[in-house]
Amino acid sequence: MNKPALKTKDVQDAPIEEIEALTFEIGGETFALEAAIVREILDLLPETIVPGSRPFVNAVINFRGKVIPLADIRVAMGMPTVATTIDSRIVVVEMDFDGMPTLVGLRTDKVNEVTALSMVGSEPPPRVGLRWPPQFIECLIHRGGTFIIFPDLKAIFASTGRSSQPD
Amino acid sequence: MSNPDPVDIFRIEAAELLEQMEQGLLDLEHRLDDRTLVDAVFRALHTLKGSGAMFGFDRLAAFTHHCETAFDRVRKGLAEATPELVSAVLDARDHMRALVEDPSGDHADEERYLLERLQAAVSGAAPLPVASPADGPVAAAVPASPTTWCIRFSLPENTLVNGTNPLSFLDELRAMGECRVVADRSALPPLEKLDPTALYLAWEVTLTTDRSRADIEDVFLFVMDDMTLTIEAQADSASTPEPGPSATISADGPLAIATEPSPDRPAPEATARPANDTADPRLRRKVESVRVPAERLDELMDRVGELVIVQSRLQQIAATSSDMGLRTVSEEMERLCSELRVTMMVLRMVPVATLFDRYRRLVHDLQRDTGKKIELSTDGESTEMDKTVIERLADPLVHLVRNAADHGLEPAEARAAAGKPEAGSIRLSARQTGGEVIISVTDDGRGIDRARVRTKAEAAGLIQPGTTIADQDLLQLIFQPGFSTASSVTNLSGRGVGMDVVKKAIESLHGSIDLTSRPGEGSTVSLRIPLTLAIIDGLLVRVGEGHYVIPLPAVEECIEISQEEDLRSRGRAFLSLRDTLVPFIRLRELFATSTKPDPYQKMVVVSTGDEHVGLIVDQIIGHHQTVIKSMSKLHEDVTAFSGATILGDGSVALILDVANLISLGQEQEAQLRAIA
Repeated sequence: MNKPALKTKDVQDAPIEEIEALTFEIGGETFALEAAIVREILDLLPETIVPGSRPFVNAVINFRGKVIPLADIRVAMGMPTVATTIDSRIVVVEMDFDGMPTLVGLRTDKVNEVTALSMVGSEPPPRVGLRWPPQFIECLIHRGGTFIIFPDLKAIFASTGRSSQPD
Repeated sequence: MSNPDPVDIFRIEAAELLEQMEQGLLDLEHRLDDRTLVDAVFRALHTLKGSGAMFGFDRLAAFTHHCETAFDRVRKGLAEATPELVSAVLDARDHMRALVEDPSGDHADEERYLLERLQAAVSGAAPLPVASPADGPVAAAVPASPTTWCIRFSLPENTLVNGTNPLSFLDELRAMGECRVVADRSALPPLEKLDPTALYLAWEVTLTTDRSRADIEDVFLFVMDDMTLTIEAQADSASTPEPGPSATISADGPLAIATEPSPDRPAPEATARPANDTADPRLRRKVESVRVPAERLDELMDRVGELVIVQSRLQQIAATSSDMGLRTVSEEMERLCSELRVTMMVLRMVPVATLFDRYRRLVHDLQRDTGKKIELSTDGESTEMDKTVIERLADPLVHLVRNAADHGLEPAEARAAAGKPEAGSIRLSARQTGGEVIISVTDDGRGIDRARVRTKAEAAGLIQPGTTIADQDLLQLIFQPGFSTASSVTNLSGRGVGMDVVKKAIESLHGSIDLTSRPGEGSTVSLRIPLTLAIIDGLLVRVGEGHYVIPLPAVEECIEISQEEDLRSRGRAFLSLRDTLVPFIRLRELFATSTKPDPYQKMVVVSTGDEHVGLIVDQIIGHHQTVIKSMSKLHEDVTAFSGATILGDGSVALILDVANLISLGQEQEAQLRAIA
């Protein structure tokens, strides 16, 4: 987990074979994030709604004395909302915004595991036939007959938050 | 991180030395015959030269050497300290700073010019020590015939670690005349306890010389503060009793012998340190300090914040428990936590003096540039403020002091005609009232010319010609962007940037500006600044299910709205309050709260300056000490909140941005007026 997963990027033999990733579920789909950016996995915390904010970052939480935004990929992707369950978790990731390292919490339905994902079978999101806005997806990785979605968090957070999908 | 670059350490040290030098020079300007100050500047120059050479700043060392030589002449009474010399060395100091920051740059022309000035300043002063025996105590004290001195000195144990070689003192003494040196080995520990880097020896030197006591003291000039030194003249040089190699000395432990003051000269300690009452407080304020990066303090602050939250949870558990032991521990935790929080706040505080000191130099330069005589006085320097706030006040204050010097103070003739003293006065003062510090810049100049402000404002289209406008409002116009009353643009100020920049900077600190001015008598600009950016007093309110904090300084009053009034005001957005209409915002609507409203709505009237707006809330909970946490980039687009804070139960409350809410209220009002 401590190993910077994308280090192979700098190495000469360019194609990235495998990366360490944390997989989790939202709305029945499996998503993955590079494990290196994940700081912590939390049980649900009391949320404070921020009126007037973009819908996919509509709340803040108290993460160890820091006030951090809580984002919802489900809302950004235009997926239907569901009630939280006993498996619901918040995944805290560290991201860079304008040179400022920023912690962001992500709502997830269930956290699965940290695993090595082979990037060989990865492909860009298809232009059509996808339920989600393609600009929010970095790539899809095939595994065991299904696929794992790598969301493009930067693109999501930079967006105005009004989903471009009609439904 | 663990091993900082030695060159960086030198740069920090150099910055401190240059600062000392500047303050010393500025003081010297007023007290030209103060030897203590001359010595202080000399020592700063000497140390800078020495460490500069050590870290490879050779040009700095070479250049500083010239200034040191000049000051050495003053110190020895061979030249007099003159305003020209002080001014030349001040400019040379700036050049030294440039050499520290950019040692490889091309400075040759600058250097030549400065050295010429320095030369002129030193040779211009009468280099005649004989002519003024009273002014040159060193020169005057030269005894004619050789005297035998008994010199005992001991140095602190860490002397060798600091790079001082005691043998060099002995060599210097030997060069003065016939010399007999005895080492005192009494402090030497047994071999197994001996630290090879520590200095255990003391010395007794019998020296026969025709040099003065002051010359001997000079040998120890740079170590005088830490050492023990006694210098006694032997009454009869012929029959000097030779002390046994160590017997007599070790017997009475001579290391702590106090300096025996001679009747005509102050003790060496007194010359080395500034006398307590007359000298500048800055030189006295040498408390030990540690440099800590600000972010570490912030981290510590976060930890304390977490601790406070855990403590309040413990308190809640203890309150429901009958275990007395648990309750006692919880109470003690509470007390410790609140003390810890106060201590944390204090850690970030620094005295305003660090800020005010910078303007002494500015005023010195302004005198030269404007040709006006200016006296700067300061007051309340010990008032403390958050370091970040102080840093952010520096530039606005530069503008204000410049403005006072350039526009406020009249030229000498005009002052004479108005019956004012020749030197204009600019006063910087600081005082604390409650959670605010008021910093004011006062001048005794001509005051603000209302007619000119009006003409300018009309020309710039800020007000309609002929409008009646309250005096305070008229004065506030000078804070508008692009406003400047100076008829001629000078290189100091008058470009019309400045006052609006000042206003913006102060507002970004949640502060405000007051301006008072009497024609012919001068102006005062007062900046009201909250003590710290990290914590504010807030009023905790509830809207629906959410808790919000309103900064307390902005709160004017809280009113309960009766149900009839509530019904009547539906559909409008203002209430009449003591014959004035106050626009209001129903926070429930603004925040799209979906819960049922409380039956008795409350209105909190907030204001900035003269603009009011009422915020309608469900419940007013009370006063809350608010540790401000900034919102992340992801919530930058939300204008209603300026930050967030963590409540006692660990939940997050948002802090309302009053200025933005007021402008929102104003817009609403304008819309309603347009409809009506």
